[in-house]
Amino acid sequence: MNISLSKIKTSNPITNIYIGSFLLSLAIFDVFVYSFFDLNITSFLPGNLNLFFPLIIGFIGLSFIRMEYSGIKLIDNINKHINPSNFNALLTLLIIFTVLKAIPPALSWMVLDANISGDTKSACTGTGACWTYIKVWFKRFMYGMYPNELHWRINSAFILVIALGFVGYFFKENLKKYLALYYVVIYPIIAFLIIYYLISGGSFGLVWVETGAWGGLSLTFIVSFFCLIFCFPLGMILALGRRSNLPAVKYVSICYIEFWRGVPLITVLFMSSVMFPMFLPEDFFMDKLVRVIIAITLFEAAYCAEVIRGGLQALPRGQYDAAKSLGMGYWKMHIFVILPQALKLVIPGIANTFLALVKDTPLIFVVGLAEIAGMLALAKTNPKWLGFAMEGYIFAAIIFWIICYAMSKYSYNLEQKYKTER
Amino acid sequence: MNNKIKKLVPQVLTILFVILIFGFFTLNAQVNMDNRGIDFGFGFLKQEASFDMQFTLLDYDGQDSYAWAYVVALLNTLLVSFLGIIFCTILGVIIGVARLSQNFLIRNSAAWYVEFFRNIPLLLQIFFWYYAALRALPLPETAEPWFGVTYMTIKGYYIPSMIWENLNVFLSCLLAAIVSIIFIRIYARKLQEREGKQLPVFYISIGLLIILPLLSFLIGGVKLDFELPVLKQLAQTSFIFEGGIALPPELIALVVALSLYTSTFVAECVRAGIQGISKGQKEAAASVGLNPNQILKLVIMPQALRIIIPPTTNQYLNLTKNSSLAAAIAYPDLVLVFAGTALMQTGKAIEIVGITMLTYLTISLSIAALMNWYNKRIEIKEK
Repeated sequence: MNISLSKIKTSNPITNIYIGSFLLSLAIFDVFVYSFFDLNITSFLPGNLNLFFPLIIGFIGLSFIRMEYSGIKLIDNINKHINPSNFNALLTLLIIFTVLKAIPPALSWMVLDANISGDTKSACTGTGACWTYIKVWFKRFMYGMYPNELHWRINSAFILVIALGFVGYFFKENLKKYLALYYVVIYPIIAFLIIYYLISGGSFGLVWVETGAWGGLSLTFIVSFFCLIFCFPLGMILALGRRSNLPAVKYVSICYIEFWRGVPLITVLFMSSVMFPMFLPEDFFMDKLVRVIIAITLFEAAYCAEVIRGGLQALPRGQYDAAKSLGMGYWKMHIFVILPQALKLVIPGIANTFLALVKDTPLIFVVGLAEIAGMLALAKTNPKWLGFAMEGYIFAAIIFWIICYAMSKYSYNLEQKYKTER
Repeated sequence: MNNKIKKLVPQVLTILFVILIFGFFTLNAQVNMDNRGIDFGFGFLKQEASFDMQFTLLDYDGQDSYAWAYVVALLNTLLVSFLGIIFCTILGVIIGVARLSQNFLIRNSAAWYVEFFRNIPLLLQIFFWYYAALRALPLPETAEPWFGVTYMTIKGYYIPSMIWENLNVFLSCLLAAIVSIIFIRIYARKLQEREGKQLPVFYISIGLLIILPLLSFLIGGVKLDFELPVLKQLAQTSFIFEGGIALPPELIALVVALSLYTSTFVAECVRAGIQGISKGQKEAAASVGLNPNQILKLVIMPQALRIIIPPTTNQYLNLTKNSSLAAAIAYPDLVLVFAGTALMQTGKAIEIVGITMLTYLTISLSIAALMNWYNKRIEIKEK
């Protein structure tokens, strides 16, 4: 058989489509059967040719199909989207074959050969994943070493905090002007009190639970939540400071921002855990978790400040001039004219900073706080459950991926929303 | 007068605030150190470190000083960053270009790659590679060779090491090639400005880079031998590879995770850079009569690079800072060796954390300064 590319173009298009589709389906069928049923239908071919057979056949098939216009919708779509040139055809085939090859082992490991029943390691007999491990340790991954019978306290605290977060939506028209005040000042205080009294306990008849026992995903949420609400106002002040005309204020802000942006978070955490206690009065004890939250807040505030500064710079000068010509002072101008517009501009950027913050929280593991990565390390070394690191990390990765992907999609939507308004 | 006070008061307050905080901290630190019998000072740097490191680029053993341990650990950090930057650039450019492909499958695979690796915390990725993926590798005795001479085992990746004879002759030949390429480029530019002639600079450069080092082998007496890793039995069931270079699994996990994670951000920078150039530029260049190669080289790339390079450098900086996560899997980098082991041994918390932070700060600020200079140089000068 001797196929030359010039010949393909000159012969009858319908015949070409038939031959091409046949060859392409043959190639895909070959790979499919081989990877799903372990059946090698081309085993009569010699070694290397056997391996590359579907690729060659598929490639020839795609070059048969490729034409300007065929009148068949499917073929036209294929040509337009996945088969515009020889190089693209090759890549397309490689991707299709890789996916076909990867599905069966992944599926059998994750689902078909996996175990989820039982409560001990001996229940995991299959060659696949051992989801029993996740099931048994699930509460630990979520709540850390927090006592089992008190988990309702964490749950109800989270529900309360989230519910209070939505209160702003129900503000009446005449209360709307206090919205910012509520979110920047009142809400953080209430949230702190709720988390302190409910999760820590110690009063109202609730048992005191040390922060050392907190952990798992709920700790990730607590840390990121507090850092998030505290770093935003601080970042705003720093951004204004950096744009200030007063040299002392300006340079102090610049030094602060550049310092924190220049060091890795892990050294900041080390600082909070080993160096910071040296800087405090002798008899003054500060909880490790509080120190870590302060450290991350100071760190993220610098990033926040840079994002907000971007928004301030993007505002046209006319806004400042107009506000000044109305006789507004510095604070009046910023609170009523500049910041509302600038903050609207930087919402996507802020959302990205928060995303980075959530992704950074597993790092608190290195100073000995057992959030989800820490709990995984703990579970991994438990003598009863050795050898399930893969399942644990995949589980944690899936959870984080869902959270972060949702956040990034949300920030993208916000970006689109505010883009059209301007 | 009134105006002056208005400007003065906030500044004085700010400075007072800063001084008060620093004063408060210093005072407390002094009291605390007095109570614990620690004195402030950097004399400990000269003391014997007396701890060992798993993996070093330079010669190091426990008898060396803390200062030398610092240098060795810093080099380890820089090695990870360097490898990570190279791989993330290669991956990032490929993925970034793939995201703009007209092929539906390629475009979407690239998009999913970005969404997948970007949204999982880096620490978890490092843990995954180190504790889960690399632990599934074979033991040394059962390892199959990759490319014939390298072995990927659970104890690390073993590659042949190079043994040079007359290395300096080879290096000077290489240097001569680079210097002559620079001169040829300058000459070619002058020639073009004066007479409008174009030299095939690219092919000449490639030729020089190949021919001069080759000459050193043929005439200069340079010899290159490879020392292959060989399997050696230590005990009944314990095997080890000897000879060659061993890359520890910590290094591999770190480089893989860092480059996969950062490549997603680099890919986004590349995509934004290419998309940022309007179609008109290409059409205008074509209508002036440039051929596709010239369009890419003279019109598209200079403009795209202007958009791509600043944020990409930022990502490189992030990668360098993120390489400090090495401490979590016990790769002997600056944070683990210095802010970890050395701190535990000496108890000099303030000095050691200070030095570590200052090191990263120096790297960041110097690269930022370089970037500012570059941005100033390439920015479009509007009249």
